[in-house]
Amino acid sequence: MNIFVLMKRTFDTEEKILIENGSISEDDAEFIINPYDEYAIEEALQLKEAHGGEVTVVTVGSEESEKELRTALAMGCDKAVLINIEEDLEDGDQFTTAKILYEFLKDKEADIILAGNVAIDGGSGQVGPRLAELLDIPYVTTITNIEIDGKNVKIVRDVEGDSEIIETTLPLLVTAQQGLNEPRYPSLPGIMKAKKKPLEELELDDLDLEEEDVMPKTKTLEIYLPPKKEAGKILQGELQDQVKELVSLLRSEAKVI
Amino acid sequence: MANKTEAYIKGGSFIMEEIPFDRIFTPEDCTEEHKMIAKTAEDFVLNEVVPFIDRLENHEFDISVKLLKQAGELGLLAADIPEEYSGLGLDKVSSALIAEQFSRAGGFSITFGAHVGIGSLPIVLFGNEEQKKKYLPSLAVGEKIAAYALTEPGSGSDALGAKTTAKLNEAGTHYILNGEKQWITNSAFADVFIVYAKVDGKHFTAFIVERDFPGVSTGPEEKKMGIKSSSTRTLILDNVLVPKENVLGEIGKGHKIAFNILNIGRYKLAVGAIGACKRIIELSVKYAVQRKQFGRPIAQFPLIQEKLANMALKLYAMESSVYRTVGLFDDRMSYLTPEEQKDGNAVAQSIAEYAIECSLNKVFGSETLDYIADEGVQIHGGYGYMAEYEVERAYRDSRINRIFEGTNEINRLLVPGMFLKKAMKGELPLLQKAQSLQKELLTWMPEEIGDGVLEQEKYLLKQAKRVTLLLAGAAAQKFGQSLQQEQEILANIADAVNNVYAMESAILRTEKAIVNSGEEKNKQKLLYTQVFVQEAFQELEANAKETIVAIEEGDDLRILLSALKKLMRQIPVNVIKKKRQIAARVIEEEKYIV
Repeated sequence: MNIFVLMKRTFDTEEKILIENGSISEDDAEFIINPYDEYAIEEALQLKEAHGGEVTVVTVGSEESEKELRTALAMGCDKAVLINIEEDLEDGDQFTTAKILYEFLKDKEADIILAGNVAIDGGSGQVGPRLAELLDIPYVTTITNIEIDGKNVKIVRDVEGDSEIIETTLPLLVTAQQGLNEPRYPSLPGIMKAKKKPLEELELDDLDLEEEDVMPKTKTLEIYLPPKKEAGKILQGELQDQVKELVSLLRSEAKVI
Repeated sequence: MANKTEAYIKGGSFIMEEIPFDRIFTPEDCTEEHKMIAKTAEDFVLNEVVPFIDRLENHEFDISVKLLKQAGELGLLAADIPEEYSGLGLDKVSSALIAEQFSRAGGFSITFGAHVGIGSLPIVLFGNEEQKKKYLPSLAVGEKIAAYALTEPGSGSDALGAKTTAKLNEAGTHYILNGEKQWITNSAFADVFIVYAKVDGKHFTAFIVERDFPGVSTGPEEKKMGIKSSSTRTLILDNVLVPKENVLGEIGKGHKIAFNILNIGRYKLAVGAIGACKRIIELSVKYAVQRKQFGRPIAQFPLIQEKLANMALKLYAMESSVYRTVGLFDDRMSYLTPEEQKDGNAVAQSIAEYAIECSLNKVFGSETLDYIADEGVQIHGGYGYMAEYEVERAYRDSRINRIFEGTNEINRLLVPGMFLKKAMKGELPLLQKAQSLQKELLTWMPEEIGDGVLEQEKYLLKQAKRVTLLLAGAAAQKFGQSLQQEQEILANIADAVNNVYAMESAILRTEKAIVNSGEEKNKQKLLYTQVFVQEAFQELEANAKETIVAIEEGDDLRILLSALKKLMRQIPVNVIKKKRQIAARVIEEEKYIV
């Protein structure tokens, strides 16, 4: 099976995030593999273990993303591809990434492409579906289970807490939801082997793309942190009074009703 | 790292030589691979071990065994085992990084450490081909668990006074072992024990003893102050038949194995202390930020800030010293031929070269941890005394570190002893250096100290080395052979040496970082170094005075004291201000930060 995984390097949103001059300061940020992409990697590895084949992990990013690609190789992926846009592009959005990935994947004859449901930084969830549209293959988002039998695929997907069962066929693109699996740790032998696995680096030029082909369709106007969380309030007294107080607080203080 | 045109750095040579920063290893030199290895270890410990700590503390040792196997599957037990025997043969830095992460798991890190360290390494380093083939592959994956049995009820620090005996049976096929080993880590579930016994009551020898050999049993679980997650029992040997193929190393050469393993145990203990210190600082600063008194978080009070600063800056010096030492092993081994690298004896020799540094690390590591654990409890106030708070366990777990792997008293006495041996063997020209220094001092005038980055610190380091040599020289001259009896003076000299090693390690690490990534990014390191060096220097001064007064009298004493005064001249930095700056960053990040 020819398996591809789309991976993104993101900052760890559980660590402190600093905004400097309108953008997120990368100096002290911790970077990780987007957690949803980790589920995609794990599922790809399990599919390979069950059906044979090869797993290629792809990222659109910068030199820095090499570290996360190596981690994916250490987990067990066979090959990694870094599409380095650092020098060619100042800015990009979901359109940019999908278009670049399309150019890379269009002649790769992928049986299945796995991606994260969303990236925890941008949170758009668009790259996977956009790419599937461009490749003209079916896609299923937020999957929590997948079974493949020949060309037939049976998927359980999460729909706002409920499950939906979908039957479809390969080639296919799916995006991973939490609960799909427990990603493995890169083992020490895996880490040692990852050094010797192929990591190919491409630039826009190698994909016959010009800067204007992938110019972003959106503009970021401002980046700001969510308001600081205030201490909570526990209402006391008779239930009746509590409800009354709650309603009045929602009106006068929170101003949501 | 090593510049191959130069020779390796000799153990103990730092006391008389100037070491350039590019010859030492610092945590900042870790490769991507090192970081990945540390990350896997960290994630494993956080996600798989930490949730079980309460049950482990309750002696549910089937969980310990399961966790070791899980760690084995990830390769976390195989770092020090060569590839030929299903290990990974990683460098010592990798193995240290793993050990550091495990210390988050409290007593379980002792279980882990006893298995990969003192349990497995005697076979790695001193086993013959058959023994390595037979035991290492299963130890590497945690299929079998190892333990180390040296201590006896009547012989602790005096390890060679062991009473356990071994006698060859009449057929000449087996040794019959009899005796009792005490406080054996992992004894509840270990499959393989490294046991020391005296053949015919005389020749101290190491044996590989399997749990299944008839006559092997263990006593009840000890009730300990801390590290309760680890199993500690007596190992009872009642006419145990051990095949003679299981003699480890040579008959009568057990001490060689024991001393080499102790070196490793000592530096690894210090590595573990780093991880524990980091955790306690994190717990303490988080508590200080969240705990409000008098209407504000206690982290805003300068006395709490001072505590956090002291904890962080001591850890910086300790961490710098320990990783520098680990780097020395890798550096030394890089000079071995491929054949030598496969020879356990040569590897053990490479570590023994730095036996002084191992002892220094053991003392500095355990005492820094104890200091930090103590202040950690203090910051927590009454809550720190309550078992629901992790810092309470950390405090109890910390205490054993000053005792095992050679008490800190024994390790202090070893330091000047080892220096003296190196001087006698001509490996280090210490006595010549001390004598020429004494002459120099009569006419020596203090130098102008520049105000460039680290200039004052480097100057103080140079002076600290001079003072330490002066003390050692004066003590050796005065007492000669009977210096052994002057344990207080020996301990003072060991402390002076430790101050020098720690000051230098902090300075060189900071210098290296500044050269590589600029002063702006290394402000915290610079602050740590400035404060630590000044305080260590003052400690050294008090220590030197006490020692000199005990050694000399009359005119000689007056001359030495005035020389000391000249040597110790310095322009003090404002440590109160600098500690507030240090604390501000620690509080901002809510953890130890460099």
